[in-house]
Amino acid sequence: MADDADRRRKFWAFSVVGIMLIISLWYYRVNPIYMYIIAYAWFGFAYGILLQWGRFCFASAWRDLFAIGVTRMFVGIMVAMAVFSVIMAVLAANQLSTFHPGPLGVHELIGGLIFGLGMVLAGGCASGTLYKTGEGNGTSMLALVAISFSQAIFVDAQGWFDKLLRGYIFPQPKFTLADKFFGKGLSLGEYFIANSIINTIIPTLIFLSLAYWFVARKGIVRRIIEKKAAALPADGGDVKLGFKDELYGFWQMITASKRTTIAGVLIGIIAGIHVMAMQSLRDKFGIENFGQALVKLGFVEEVSRRGTVFDPGYWYITTQEAQVGAWVLQKFGLNMKDNIYFGVMNGIPEPWHNPALLMSIGIILGAAAIALLNKEFKFKAPTKELAVWGLLGGTLMGIGARVALGCNIGAFYIRVAGGDPGGWLFFLGMGGGALASVKFLNWWTERQLKEEDFDIDIEIE
Amino acid sequence: MKVKKLEDGVYQLDVKGYVCPHPQLYTMKTLQKLKSGDILEVLFDNPSSEESITALCDKEGHEIIERRSDGGTFIYRIKKA
Repeated sequence: MADDADRRRKFWAFSVVGIMLIISLWYYRVNPIYMYIIAYAWFGFAYGILLQWGRFCFASAWRDLFAIGVTRMFVGIMVAMAVFSVIMAVLAANQLSTFHPGPLGVHELIGGLIFGLGMVLAGGCASGTLYKTGEGNGTSMLALVAISFSQAIFVDAQGWFDKLLRGYIFPQPKFTLADKFFGKGLSLGEYFIANSIINTIIPTLIFLSLAYWFVARKGIVRRIIEKKAAALPADGGDVKLGFKDELYGFWQMITASKRTTIAGVLIGIIAGIHVMAMQSLRDKFGIENFGQALVKLGFVEEVSRRGTVFDPGYWYITTQEAQVGAWVLQKFGLNMKDNIYFGVMNGIPEPWHNPALLMSIGIILGAAAIALLNKEFKFKAPTKELAVWGLLGGTLMGIGARVALGCNIGAFYIRVAGGDPGGWLFFLGMGGGALASVKFLNWWTERQLKEEDFDIDIEIE
Repeated sequence: MKVKKLEDGVYQLDVKGYVCPHPQLYTMKTLQKLKSGDILEVLFDNPSSEESITALCDKEGHEIIERRSDGGTFIYRIKKA
């Protein structure tokens, strides 16, 4: 019986890969330029595998730190970002980077705060929601639906998001630290010092040191003292801790979850190769945005007024989800292109022409394949309680992502590693939102356990 | 969410169906209510909680004396420090 179940899981895991291969070849047969969007799908597949295998969810970075005092994921994302920043510096110096900084302003802090509130309630960040959907998690599926529609409705309703974009966000300065310090046409050393060392690695080390000192140190030092005490002679003596012990403790924190740290390194490397591959494909096909290809192919109604579609050239999550929401709402007769976000910036391509959406589908499929192989795939229908948290959390994440012009990936991970200091504002906002939601969930779970009495069985729905 | 006493000093927390952070939060809160040496068996099916519960036990000094998984459900037996 168990062997049958294993065989079935493996069959489905390899079927996912097989289906992706067949669809890729079919796209190529229709037109070789579709390899450009198929590349997004396969990079998404790789992200999905790593996210699921590494249990790599940005929400848990702040959340587990506040909720249970665990630094595992906080360490993981810092490592991923530091590695990615070095690769980004190399790519920028070789004109192989698709990265562009975003407007720097308080909207990133506020957007991060709203996003942080939502991600803790929904049980996952924007990328986490995708990989958990691939694991069969029904709450994450609901959160995904809520992220998609909340964004689409938010940017289209009453035109006030247009006013926010024109009146506040667009006039804000856009720069990387390398631009700011050294100007244009820079060397690898200049990109590396400004974008990687100053904007990413130093703040990363500061955050990790704070996490060590205030959260992880207590448990690690206890173990070091126990070890040292055991090695003392029988007649006793004092256990003393020195700077070397603190460094050892810091390293213990970094390597505590090897799986997460390895996933962080690999995600950083894959994200770098992704940027380089997309720029190379742009050069190969002579395009700067996939919208140009769609126009040539006659799909003019799918692109924005500038002839573009959302085509970031790197890992991104939320805008393509907003496009799906808008695409569905259009089918119900709503005009979703009478706003800046869809009408001028991103267009609303058919889902099968949507470059970034294929990446998101790839993430779900990659996560599903690895979860099936590792016997971790399980469809979990949400309870009423979790459905409420998923929908509410997804809605807040959608709104937060639009205010900040991105999520934990587009507004934080990619931006910080690319040298844009604004990404840190999103991260701090995300932390504030996560803290508030953790306090709420602490109260909620305590309330659920209130009737707890271990002498009798209790069941709380 | 279900908590039940299996025998003296052995309890079971069933958080199947829950997503993050509920499994790790309920595990932490339930462990806080137990006595040193008590065993808590945690049933969960949210893979991400696996690493977080392990890290939580590591930090607090609790010992995970058994780990099993069965069809997407994880069963951890934790001895409270």
